[in-house]
Amino acid sequence: MQQRYDIAIIGGGVVGCAIARHLSRFDLKIALLEKESDVARGTSSKNSGVVHTGFNVPTGSVKAGLNVRGAAMFEALSEELDVPFNRVGKLVVALTPEEVPDLDKLKAIGDANGVPQLEIVDEQAVKSMEPNIRGVGALHVPTAAITCPYTMTIALAESAAINGADIMLNSGVRRISGEMGSFRITTESGTTHSKLIINSAGLYSDQVARMAGVRRYKVWPCRGEYVIIDKSRSDLMTRMVYPVPPKGGSGLGVHLTPTVDGNILIGPSAEYVKLKTNDATTSATAQVLLEEAKELLPALNPRDAITSYAGIRPKTVSSAQGGFGDFIIEEAPELPGMMHLVGIESPGLTAAPAIAEDMAEWVDEHIGAKPKATFEPGRETPVRFREQTVDVQAQLVDEDPEYGHLVCRCELVTRKEVKAAIHNPLGVRTINGIKYRSRAMMGRCQGGFCSTRIVDMLAQEFDTPLEEISLKGPGSQLFVGSTKDLRKNAD
Amino acid sequence: MRTENVDVAVVGGGPAGLAAAAAAREAGAENVLLIERGERLGGILNQCIHDGFGTKMLGEALTGPEYAQIFIARLSDSGVTSSLETMVLDLTPDRELTICSEDGIRRIKAGSVVLCTGCRERTRGAIRIPGTRPAGVFTAGVVQEYMNLRNILVGRKAVILGSGDIGLIMARRLTLEGVKVECVAEILPYPSGLARNIVQCLDDFDIPLYLSTTVVDIHGVDRLQGVTLAQIGPKGGVVRGTKRFIDCDTLLLSVGLIPENELAKKAGIDLSPVTTGPIVDDQFQTSVPGIFCGGNALQVHDLVDYASMESQKAGQSAATFAGAGKLPDQNIDVQPGNGIRYVVPQTLSGEEAVDFSMRVFSPGSDRYVVFRRGDKMVRRMKQTELDPAAMIRVRVRADRFKGSEGPLTVEVTD
Repeated sequence: MQQRYDIAIIGGGVVGCAIARHLSRFDLKIALLEKESDVARGTSSKNSGVVHTGFNVPTGSVKAGLNVRGAAMFEALSEELDVPFNRVGKLVVALTPEEVPDLDKLKAIGDANGVPQLEIVDEQAVKSMEPNIRGVGALHVPTAAITCPYTMTIALAESAAINGADIMLNSGVRRISGEMGSFRITTESGTTHSKLIINSAGLYSDQVARMAGVRRYKVWPCRGEYVIIDKSRSDLMTRMVYPVPPKGGSGLGVHLTPTVDGNILIGPSAEYVKLKTNDATTSATAQVLLEEAKELLPALNPRDAITSYAGIRPKTVSSAQGGFGDFIIEEAPELPGMMHLVGIESPGLTAAPAIAEDMAEWVDEHIGAKPKATFEPGRETPVRFREQTVDVQAQLVDEDPEYGHLVCRCELVTRKEVKAAIHNPLGVRTINGIKYRSRAMMGRCQGGFCSTRIVDMLAQEFDTPLEEISLKGPGSQLFVGSTKDLRKNAD
Repeated sequence: MRTENVDVAVVGGGPAGLAAAAAAREAGAENVLLIERGERLGGILNQCIHDGFGTKMLGEALTGPEYAQIFIARLSDSGVTSSLETMVLDLTPDRELTICSEDGIRRIKAGSVVLCTGCRERTRGAIRIPGTRPAGVFTAGVVQEYMNLRNILVGRKAVILGSGDIGLIMARRLTLEGVKVECVAEILPYPSGLARNIVQCLDDFDIPLYLSTTVVDIHGVDRLQGVTLAQIGPKGGVVRGTKRFIDCDTLLLSVGLIPENELAKKAGIDLSPVTTGPIVDDQFQTSVPGIFCGGNALQVHDLVDYASMESQKAGQSAATFAGAGKLPDQNIDVQPGNGIRYVVPQTLSGEEAVDFSMRVFSPGSDRYVVFRRGDKMVRRMKQTELDPAAMIRVRVRADRFKGSEGPLTVEVTD
């Protein structure tokens, strides 16, 4: 398969998908190349889901500018794409009087970065805002918000696809040759030709650059583990709660983040790992996270932990160097026409819409980008049944009986929603793809009741042989065949 | 939204719900509605194609579907209405249910309610096994459903974590279908499943059972490539030098069952921190009047017969309540003493004979289970084997509760 594009975006994380979606407003032929079987399979699905305000990023840095701009765009974008967005606010708490001066320093940075409405509050105010949280004072950040990071990434990719971008999954890049105007990208699934390339390969952006002969980048993987607390404890807190950042500036410290679905996330840890694929969780870290979280939230019970996960930050500074590493967003002088986005760690999710705008400008400078009249900003999604009042639910069922068939009990996901997830615009047909789009299988029983039924639906909808159904793409098939096969072979 | 009235609403069409609904109808409730979320009645019995069901209640060993069929037949003979593929969205303390199916959302005002919502399997996340997240890690019950109801084979080489009964049954089932079962690992120093299942499902097939052993790591990015097993010391830590890699493409988890009580919570029912099921009296009535509970939603059973028997009682009581009959007052607290993890029911009237269910903390032999009220010995029963995996059932006659005061305590003594 040979295709000619104006622009090829490498990497289907939130940044790549935001770029593809924004560029799809223009009369451009766009390809997004993703190595996994779905978008948002790396760092973009495994983070805190926070829309940061930018109060803790060094003033004047690339990060600070993009963060503040991105934050201002996020709410409208979420509404357009039907992605949950909740401005819950944030408290950075000082646990001891010695930490109180640090709050003033943070506020000064925030003020300089243009973050609105920051205020220092005392112990009593902390108690009245968050009765279960310990703290002798706090920096209150009312504009901080939460989103669902993988829903946002998926929504951006689907919107891009609806507007004509080709989202090419299972297409890991192997080789890049040619020059501006006539790049040739060889992937696992074929060859793609494009005039320009944007390297938004996240953890692998250094390797992708090297494939094109640009050897100046190095990404160090730094793992962050999280523990997820059951929804039944969502009453413990309403805002995000952060400690004063640990000295050295390499991370934000273990914090507590409510999710848009009512869970509480504890984490992330920060641990440099050798392999970029090493997103395994460890029991030792889970233990530490729970202990540190109890410092902030003493009422937390380790028994309320339902599961854990880990994501990997693409760091541009090594463990030995430490300190602050800024986003690198540049066209390397040795290879014009290819833009590199390296080290887009936190606040990359927040910054993504602003990065996308800048990329459109860059594309326009090189090859011209004319807005197209047919751009459709929204996407068609089924109503989220679980979020409706019972009267609205009743009306939905009367209009479409498929809303009346609850497939996932724990998360109240209907057949209508699962079906929509199965028929997603990207053509993803994995179990995880359905899970991340519909929330089915994400609850207390983790698919104990509904996973077999979802397998049935997937098989029926596409007439797929069961052996082809996979958890997350090629190699992760769930089944090896029929019970009759092995016995046949044994005879 | 339509509103309907019923005498007794039973939530859940598994063994407990089937028994409760039939019993409520037979006890005189005119209008009994059985609500089931799945596409057929019988619940988990449908996938339990092995035998051994019914030995206590029916005097014969049946397969799960056969056992279910007896109750389903009883149900249709007695005229119970059942509503399949129907989910209960809400339950209020005054017994109003909101139910949802493709036919619409309805409100059901029930004279009484019996919760027979069963239990769910504990998952990988709940026990926090570290490692990667490949395909090939399943709970045992899900694999049982794939194999027995869909003829699907999930892998070729399996390790089973947890020696609960479903895990043991699946060890045999997988072996019979040609899957190599490498071992069953159990974190406790003793098995969690019934002794008969250890013999019939593991010993008979030369499947090793490693006690005080668990999975400490999971390997493989796409599909499971193996697990690391290690021995666990008395304090819960990994014993140094005991880690070993086992090559397998499938890990089955049989690591416990959790009563499913989301509706009970919505109705404000008091739950026991030990069983995690509702606290009930000798009529199986919960802390909310007119709402009853039986089966695995109440306490996880080892034998289905007992789930049916207690739910039958719950159904009869629900019929009495709905018919404005009088249920006996409950004045006597039941308290677990030395060696007893829990006892159900937690209160009783003293007016009727009571079938107590209980579990012990740890294994033992030649001990006594003793019921005491004040200084009176109410009942003393010899137990040749004490097994935490087995539920102990003891019947105490009504007259034995008389002539003494205060709570009833149950304990294990030498």
